[in-house]
Amino acid sequence: MMRRWALALTTAAVLMLLTTAVEAVDPTQMPTPELQSRYLSLTHELRCMQCQNEAIADSPVDLAADLRRQVHDMLIAGKTDDDVRNFMVARYGEFILFRPRMSLRTAWLWLAPGVLILVGAFVAVRIVQQRSALVTQDNEPLEEDIRS
Amino acid sequence: MNRSPIAPGVSTAPGVGPKAAATPQSRGNSFSMMNRFAIPLGVFALLVVVLAIGIAHSSKLGVIVSPLLGKPAPEFALPSLTDASRTIKSSDLRGHWYIFNVWGTWCGGCRQEHSVLLEMRQANVVPIIGLDWKDKDDEALSLLQQLGNPYELIAVDKDGRQAIEWGVYGAPETFLVNDQGIVVYKFIGPLTHEAWEKEFLPRLPQRQAKS
Repeated sequence: MMRRWALALTTAAVLMLLTTAVEAVDPTQMPTPELQSRYLSLTHELRCMQCQNEAIADSPVDLAADLRRQVHDMLIAGKTDDDVRNFMVARYGEFILFRPRMSLRTAWLWLAPGVLILVGAFVAVRIVQQRSALVTQDNEPLEEDIRS
Repeated sequence: MNRSPIAPGVSTAPGVGPKAAATPQSRGNSFSMMNRFAIPLGVFALLVVVLAIGIAHSSKLGVIVSPLLGKPAPEFALPSLTDASRTIKSSDLRGHWYIFNVWGTWCGGCRQEHSVLLEMRQANVVPIIGLDWKDKDDEALSLLQQLGNPYELIAVDKDGRQAIEWGVYGAPETFLVNDQGIVVYKFIGPLTHEAWEKEFLPRLPQRQAKS
């Protein structure tokens, strides 16, 4: 059992490593490591609007390349990460961000998981309580049942 | 798995039922018996509502509402396709309603909507400004020569930067800009006769324009 789990996890890890190795769509090199890492994280959090479930970092379509160039140029020009995000959102809408920002409209997206965990915890506690109540009941003498 | 006889709540519950009134704990049980149906039903109802809202909102699946609507159209100064010596400036268009159509010879949907654009030009209600997006000038010119030119002016966006300004993500896309330079409407995909009549014409000021 344990060994099977270990095998599954190792396979998953290897597959994940492989996918990062394969994504060589974008050869862009930024002049400094700091810019490079900001560039990479931005291009991974912006959606390619044409293919919609790919980040612009991973998409081979033309538009993604244009948007990567835009990110590149803005970072070189000294813009902040938020400048880049705002630029994109102003033109393409909130949808271009894979990670929606907190706002009144998106608040439920952010809060729902917490609420669901609380509900789940409540239900779990209730079930455990009920079952232990059943156990005490079952341990009561059966006389009552016999008599009736 | 160690299955104790009382573990599956569902199977033991009915047996407990008759004793409901007898002990204080069992009152909690009859309450939870009701909850057993009420809570999941409530959750289900909530889920139905949420999904229904989602489905209703996705009626135009894949069409993304442009954040440009109601905002000023992007400024530009771009070379003209038909007249190399000329620069087309957004400031020159101020004071006029215009249609801004993003197209390219590589774009199949644009070919498809071409006859509608020609029809719109024929109607002579509002000028159509073309944005030739990431295209080759000579190919664009020869296509227009073949199929006819519906555009009043054609701006060239060789590197695609202007298209980004307009939030274009796939040609053809068509914007309606009013005389204040505000984007009033955006149509995504190949134009149709129906879209022209139902979406564009009603938004335009009374047709006294040029009839």
